[in-house]
Amino acid sequence: MIVTVEHVTTYHYDRPVRGVVQSHRLTPTRFDGQTVLDWSVEVSEGTAGGGFRDGAGDWVQSHSAHGPLSEITVSVHGRVQTQDLAGVLRGHRERMPAAAYLRDTAPTRADVALTELARAAVAGATEDLDRAHRLCAAVAEAIAYRPGVTEAHTTAAEALRLGEGVCQDHAHALIATARVLDLPARYVSGYLGGEDADAQGAAAEAAHAWAEIWVAGLGWIGFDPANACCPDARYVRLGSGLDAAGAAPIRGVARGGATERMDVTVSVRATQQ
Amino acid sequence: MDAFFNEMFDGGQVRAPYARLGDWTGSMPDELRHLKQAEAEALFRRIGITFAVYGEGGDPDRLIPFDMFPRVFTQAEWRRLERGILQRTRALNAFLADVYDRGEIIRAGRIPADLVHRNEAFEPAVMGIRPPRGVYSHIVGIDIVRTGPDDFFVLEDNCRTPSGVSYMLENREIMMRLFPALFRENRIEPVDGYSEALRRTLASVAPRKCDREPTIVILTPGPLNSAYYEHSFLADLMGVELVEGQDLFVEGEFVWMRTTRGPQKVDVIYRRVDDHFIDPLCFRADSMLGVAGLMDVYRSGGVTIASAPGAGVADDKAVYCFVPEMIRFYLGEEPVLNNVPTWQCGKRDDLKYVLDNLADLVVKEVHGSGGYGMLVGPKATAQQVASFRERLLANPANYIAQPTLSLSTCPTFVEEGVAPRHVDLRPYCLVGEQIKLVPGGLTRVALTEGSLVVNSSQGGGVKDTWVLAE
Repeated sequence: MIVTVEHVTTYHYDRPVRGVVQSHRLTPTRFDGQTVLDWSVEVSEGTAGGGFRDGAGDWVQSHSAHGPLSEITVSVHGRVQTQDLAGVLRGHRERMPAAAYLRDTAPTRADVALTELARAAVAGATEDLDRAHRLCAAVAEAIAYRPGVTEAHTTAAEALRLGEGVCQDHAHALIATARVLDLPARYVSGYLGGEDADAQGAAAEAAHAWAEIWVAGLGWIGFDPANACCPDARYVRLGSGLDAAGAAPIRGVARGGATERMDVTVSVRATQQ
Repeated sequence: MDAFFNEMFDGGQVRAPYARLGDWTGSMPDELRHLKQAEAEALFRRIGITFAVYGEGGDPDRLIPFDMFPRVFTQAEWRRLERGILQRTRALNAFLADVYDRGEIIRAGRIPADLVHRNEAFEPAVMGIRPPRGVYSHIVGIDIVRTGPDDFFVLEDNCRTPSGVSYMLENREIMMRLFPALFRENRIEPVDGYSEALRRTLASVAPRKCDREPTIVILTPGPLNSAYYEHSFLADLMGVELVEGQDLFVEGEFVWMRTTRGPQKVDVIYRRVDDHFIDPLCFRADSMLGVAGLMDVYRSGGVTIASAPGAGVADDKAVYCFVPEMIRFYLGEEPVLNNVPTWQCGKRDDLKYVLDNLADLVVKEVHGSGGYGMLVGPKATAQQVASFRERLLANPANYIAQPTLSLSTCPTFVEEGVAPRHVDLRPYCLVGEQIKLVPGGLTRVALTEGSLVVNSSQGGGVKDTWVLAE
C-alpha cells in the first residue's frame, strides 16, 4: 500500500514567547515493512538543530526558534510504501536491549486490576506469542474506544478503571500487562490510514499509537489493542519509547511562561498500488 | 570490640609517617590548641564553606567540624592506593562504555542483565551515544576504608557528581595558614593542582563539533543546593562561569550562555544537577533546573556533559559487587583494592544469612546515601533491629549488607586532648584524555567516641590528608 500523510500541528501561545525548543521523532522507521517515497518536515519558524539516531533506532531531530513568537507550526507531508508483516518489526536496527523495556513508568505502572487482567488473560497459554495476542484482546475488551473521557496524563490503571479511553490508554494498558508477565513492551507512535480518510473520521486516531511486545525468537511485534489487531500495511511507524511521553512525535518547551494551545490536523490515506 | 588499627601508633611505637606529628602535638599547649581551633573555625566561616558533604542534606549553614590533626600516608602506601584507584576508575568507565554499547560483559554472563537494564540509573536515552573519548564518568570518587597496615577496602564508588573536593583543598589551605612550620618540616605532596587538572580534564573531552578552545561552565541547581559553595569555589578556581539552567539555552546545534556581551557558545558542562533534572524535554518535564533540548545537543555531538547522564549505573550498590569482575573482564587484571564482602539481600541465600546475623551487620539501601536508611547492627537496639527486619523483608532487593568493618583510627583533637577516632577516605580521580589522581583526598572522621559513622550529618568531621613525598 501507499500511505499518504498530511500532519499539521500548530502551537498557539496566549502571549509571545522568548523561544521554542522542540525534539521531533517524525521520520518513518527504517524497517522491511516501510519505504519512504517522499517525506518532509517543515517548521514555520527557526532553524533545525542537531539530529541523531537514538538507541532504539529512531531519528531524532531537534529544532529551535527565537522569540518573540505567538505561534509555531510543524507540517509533515509524505508518502510511505508499506507492506503487511503481521506486526513483526523485521529488518529494524537498534541498540536497545529488550530488557530495558521491562521497567515501569508512571503511566504504565500496573496496579492490582491490571495485574489480574494480565494473569487471567494468559491462563493456560504456553507461548509468549499467544500470551501477547491474548493480552491485546483482553485490553481491547476491557477498555472501550471513547474519545474525550481520558486526557494526556491518564495512567493505564485509571483508564482500566474507567473502562474507556483512546489509543494512548490502550497502548499504556497493554504495555503494563505485558511487563507484569516479564514481557518487554514499548509504546509506538505513528499513523493509521483509512481507505477513505473522511470515513475514518477522528483525526486523533489517524495520528495513532500502539504497543510492541518482545517475543523471543521473533523480536518486536506490534499489537494495536484499539483496533484489536496487529499493525498491517495501513500503519506507518515513527518511533518508540517506554511510554507516550518517551515516544512522542513532538516534544517541545517554550520559554516565557505562556499558556499553550495546540491545533492538530491529520489526514492519512492508505491506497492500494 | 576488636582492636582497631591505629594509623599513628603501632603498639607503643609511632608509625613512620606520623613521626614528626608526635613532637608537634606533644609540644602544643592546650591554650594554643584552643586558639588555633578557634582560628580555623573563623577561617571556615569567613570563606563560607558550610555545606554538607556528599549531598547529605541537613542544615546548609552548619559548619562541618574541622579536625586539625592531619591524616598521613607514606608515598609507598599512596602508590598502592593510587594503582588501585586508577585501575578501578578505568574499569568503571569501560563498563559504562560497554553497557551503553554492545554490552559484552552481559553477553559474557559476567554480570546479570537485569541488574543493568532494569536498574533505575540505567539511562536508555544515552544508549549507543559515544561521548568524547568514550568517557562517561569524568570525576570518580572512590570511598576507601582501612582495617590494617596493608588492608584497604573500597566501600563504594561515586561516578555521578561526587562532592567534597572543596574540603580537600580548603582543609589544606587552612592547615598551611595555621601551621606553616609543619609544611616545612614534612615534605607533603601538594593538592592545589586539582583545579587545573579538572579544567584540563574537562577541556580534553570537548565535543565533536567544537573546533576551538572549549568554553567550560559549571551548571549548579543554585544557591539553595547544599554543595553550592563547592560549585562556585571550583568555578572560581578554574576561571569558568558558574551557571544555572536559566542562564543557558539551546539554539540550532549548540548550547549558549547568556552574557552581557551576547550569547556565548558552551562546549563542556560540568553539571552538578542530577540526571532527571537536566533537560525537561528529555527527562522530568517539571524540572526548572535544566536546559530544554540539552540532551538532543549532547547526543548529536554539540556539547559534552560531565559526567554523562546514565553514569550512575556503575556506582549503584548492587552493581558494586561486580566491580572486581569488571576489572578482570575489561583489564585482565586482579583488583588491587578489594571490595568489602557484600551480601545482596535480593538473593535468597544472602538474605537468609543477613536475617540470621542482622545484629552484627551493616545493612544499606541500594540507592541510599548519606548514612540514612541504614542499620548498623552492633550499634542498634533490639527494637531497631526488629523494625529494620520488617523493612528489609518488605523489599529485600533494595538492600545490601556488609560486615561491620573495623575502621582504622587516626589521632584526633577532642576535649580531653588527643584520642583515636575512626576515619575513611575519598580521593577524587579525574578522567579525560588522561587519568589523573591528585595525591590526597578527603578524610572524614567520626568525632563521637567509638562511632563508625563518618557522615557529616551524623557527627562526622573532616581532616587534611597528607601524602608524604619520598
